[in-house]
Amino acid sequence: MQVNRLTNGGRIKRDKPIEFSFNGRQLGGFEGDSLASALLANGVDVVGRSFKYHRPRGLVGCGAEEPNAILQVGSGRTTLPNQRATQVELYHGLVANNVNGWPSVDFDLMAVNGLFHRMLAAGFYYKTFMWPVSMWDRYEHSIRKSAGWGTVPEGNDPHHYEHHNAHCDVLIVGAGPAGLAAALAAGRAGARVILCDEQSEPGGSLLSSAEQIDGKPAAEWVAAVLAELQGMDEVTLLPRGTAFGHYDHNFVGILVREADHLGEQLAEGAIRQRLWRVRARRVVHAQGAFERPLVFGNNDRPGIMTASAVSTYVHRYAVLPGRSAVVFTNNDSAYRTALDIVAAGGEVVALVDSRAGGAGAIGAEVEAAGIRVLKGYAVVDTRGRKRVAKARLMKLDAGGTAVSGAGEWLACDLIAMSGGWSPAVHLHSHAGGKNDWDEEKACFVPGESNQRARAAGAGNGTFELAACIAEGLAAGAEAAQLSGNGDGTAPPAPQVESRAENPIVPLWRVPGEKSVERGPKQFVDYQNDTCSSDIRLACREGYKNIEHVKRYTALGFGTDQGKLGNINGMAILAETLGQSIPETGTTTFRPAYTPVTFGAGAGREIGAELFEPVRKTAMHAWHQAHGAAFEVVGQWHRPWYYAREGEDMHAAVQRECRAVRDSVGMLDASTLGKIDIQGPDAAEFLNRIYSNAWLKLPVGSARYGLMLGEDGMVFDDGVTARLGDNHFHMTTTTGGAARVLGWMEQWLQTEWPQMRVHFTSTTDHWATIAVAGPQARKVLEKLCDDIDFSSDAFPFMTFRDGSVAGVPARVFRISFTGELSFEINVDANCGQAVWDAVWDAGQEFGITPYGTETMHVLRAEKGFIIVGQDTDGSVTPQDLGMDWCVKKNADFLGKRSLSRADCVREYRKELVGLRTKNPQIVLPEGAQLVDDPIQPRPIAMIGHVTSSYYSPNCGRSIALALVKGGHKRHGETIYSVLRDGRIIEVEICSTVFFDADNERQKI
Amino acid sequence: MLQIDCPWCGPRDEHEFSYGGEAHIVRPLEPEKLSDEQWADYLFHRSNTKGAFAEQWHHAAGCRRWFNAVRDTASYQIQAVYKPGEKPPVACHVKRADGGAE
Repeated sequence: MQVNRLTNGGRIKRDKPIEFSFNGRQLGGFEGDSLASALLANGVDVVGRSFKYHRPRGLVGCGAEEPNAILQVGSGRTTLPNQRATQVELYHGLVANNVNGWPSVDFDLMAVNGLFHRMLAAGFYYKTFMWPVSMWDRYEHSIRKSAGWGTVPEGNDPHHYEHHNAHCDVLIVGAGPAGLAAALAAGRAGARVILCDEQSEPGGSLLSSAEQIDGKPAAEWVAAVLAELQGMDEVTLLPRGTAFGHYDHNFVGILVREADHLGEQLAEGAIRQRLWRVRARRVVHAQGAFERPLVFGNNDRPGIMTASAVSTYVHRYAVLPGRSAVVFTNNDSAYRTALDIVAAGGEVVALVDSRAGGAGAIGAEVEAAGIRVLKGYAVVDTRGRKRVAKARLMKLDAGGTAVSGAGEWLACDLIAMSGGWSPAVHLHSHAGGKNDWDEEKACFVPGESNQRARAAGAGNGTFELAACIAEGLAAGAEAAQLSGNGDGTAPPAPQVESRAENPIVPLWRVPGEKSVERGPKQFVDYQNDTCSSDIRLACREGYKNIEHVKRYTALGFGTDQGKLGNINGMAILAETLGQSIPETGTTTFRPAYTPVTFGAGAGREIGAELFEPVRKTAMHAWHQAHGAAFEVVGQWHRPWYYAREGEDMHAAVQRECRAVRDSVGMLDASTLGKIDIQGPDAAEFLNRIYSNAWLKLPVGSARYGLMLGEDGMVFDDGVTARLGDNHFHMTTTTGGAARVLGWMEQWLQTEWPQMRVHFTSTTDHWATIAVAGPQARKVLEKLCDDIDFSSDAFPFMTFRDGSVAGVPARVFRISFTGELSFEINVDANCGQAVWDAVWDAGQEFGITPYGTETMHVLRAEKGFIIVGQDTDGSVTPQDLGMDWCVKKNADFLGKRSLSRADCVREYRKELVGLRTKNPQIVLPEGAQLVDDPIQPRPIAMIGHVTSSYYSPNCGRSIALALVKGGHKRHGETIYSVLRDGRIIEVEICSTVFFDADNERQKI
Repeated sequence: MLQIDCPWCGPRDEHEFSYGGEAHIVRPLEPEKLSDEQWADYLFHRSNTKGAFAEQWHHAAGCRRWFNAVRDTASYQIQAVYKPGEKPPVACHVKRADGGAE
């Protein structure tokens, strides 16, 4: 039964009924309802329980400011927690549940907290549950359960979320009177305009207004403006679009909820929300203002709402939330609500105005309607269990600081309150703008913007409708002109009746008979149960800064982010501290204005394919077909090892390691970074970039090089070959290719622009096949008849151009395994064909494909480093024992740092080999090393293991480690202490475990 | 997100760029002749300016060229962009080789 639904009026579609459920109850509403209006229509008073005291709570507002009706909406994979019922459009089959209140909102066990509220004052959780520290996890669990939180969706979201980039001349946020006027002016001037509004329907406050524009109902003016805007090609309207953040250089994020209102009917895979990323030449903030509650005793009972919310429910949704109302205000605007209630068939028991002088022109209208108006009075307390039942009025003194008289209890089921209006300055604040206190209007208004933006309308403190529209027209024309459209002349303003108003008289806290501490609770922040007494307590305990008080009392912490209670809270703080509101200041608003879903943030960049690109080599499919497990290196997927039937990783790697040393193996080395370097100064450039000498490298030869940062620390390495006098082919580590290219470009462009040299990334152009092992030469000879592979004709560290398997190829004789080894480079498009040919040719030698793990073991047997594994950005060439790779005569990047005091001191961590005393134990990589495992704590760490493997070719475990002063400690015994408590005895040794004389690569 | 006016490509979103720190830090021509302190000043010490600040940007996901910008570190407004080797076209803090400012 929609007991509170009016028989006429509203913008709902009565011919389109909707069924939905709340906490299991089947209820009915209409298309055009919000979830909140439908709940009110059905007479649902209690929509949630408060955070701390578990008091029953009802709807307070009608928009983003709603603190109480925070619901779980939807079910299964599409359920969303913490939705404001005021901003959820009703759809057929909607399932809503309250998130706080256990076991139910109507019977909440935790309401017992309310009986002990004197214990639960500001900082209660901090003071009570912080000891003992070890118990916090358990306390927190219970507190969170009793506080109530939403639940996450079950399973992956079935819908898509898109990102949309847009540019415009003028972005207008808010399609109320000022925003519509601004859009009209800017659109007529020819500007490209985006007008976004968080509601389903543009119009803002005009949708729930009884005012006349040009002698017609306001909604007709809205319809006419919209029709004109829709006829303009350069104007884009974004209903259901919340501008949630205004960022630097007029970048504004807008979340457009395109299909949330379709609910469960939305097809799998359809687009649900679209995140617009808008760059605007000018921005007009026209978000309007929030009405403030009044802070009086027990002001949180269901049935106590802001006056504007009552008017909105009456006009827009044809819902009268109560039958007999008390209207309590300190300004003129709530008088309109009193008339609205009467016009809708309700009774206004009394209009209580805290101002002794009462209202301006509208006061007479209200009295003419027969409403009892009490001037200079206040509501000081209320009664009622699950809904307000009566209100107590008392006479206020002239300053509003005390009450007197016996007071009077009035029966009522609705209190419409207005404590004045606060402009929504959020976006202005996001963008770095400050706010100024307007004493006359008793609110913060936006100061000068830090961006090319301005505010207009109620959001700028211009509350009166005629002025609001005029300001919107002027702002739109100005923004259009400043973005190159029109001459800045505003279109003529429509006729709006203007009434003489009496100014607001602030009443930040209603005084009571008793002190704040002993009187009934006066709620400031409903969601966090922050009361006026909490703010005063925080002051007494020494908190004077608004940011500290906020954190101590949780004022403004909830999902509403203080939209309702913040200004009242800081005003009460100012009053308590005896200072002005500007002196007290505000907390900082930060994005997001209202919560943004994770889905919208991620957009399409989800899942294995689109979250991060995957790079595959030309031979990837072959690796998959041959059972490769893959290792992710940077974005590359590299074969890790090729397990045969019945093999685990260890068995596969051991087999591959032996095969390379005993016969021959093949490795896909295509992922190595490759940079083509050309120009008359190429050799000189390399000489400056690498720590070793490059000028005299002969054409046809290759050389290993180390790159250092200017701080002297190793950051990449690789082999580079000289293709011609002015032409080099550089290789880098797989993960370092982009970094190295960027590094070289930076130095060339910013420091040495006179050098004539060019770099081209060629990593993807080449497929590289390493053929390594004693039989490597025989394999190559079968595939190639235009290169002489004999050792004399094709020595180590040289390359030859020729053809392999009929494909033009460049073959390098270099080795990362210590074996005789050739690296075949061919056009990547031919990679698979040449790989197949090598595979076929190698069959008679039992050629074995091997992966990165075997490559790591083989290089560790030889003591070859991997930059980034054996180094960590704090390691110099000397630390690695690679002084041979540092030239003495010429400067290079990082050279000067190598002689800094810290780089030449004793006991730097130096790279050494480690042999466990028990050769079967393989140390974990990262294991810490100590001199004395049973010394008193704290134990002095002397280094850590960087690489560790079981080497089948050595028949024992091998490890590389960085150890303080390690180069001088070969032969000494140190210890590794493992997490499981084992103490492993190890001996420091050379980093070379196999073929110390490098004989095998020279055969 | 900043909008940065690449001198070669025009205005682009910040995510196309990478940041290169303070501009006009000149690499010493003869590092070996510097004391540890002088080298450390070149290597590590940077201005911490509030206000107009000359800094390097790289259009990494665009033309891949480096350039300089004068940006107000308080308001984030970019006052000028200019090419490497050019002097800042607007007044701003520039670190001198001896560690002072001009």
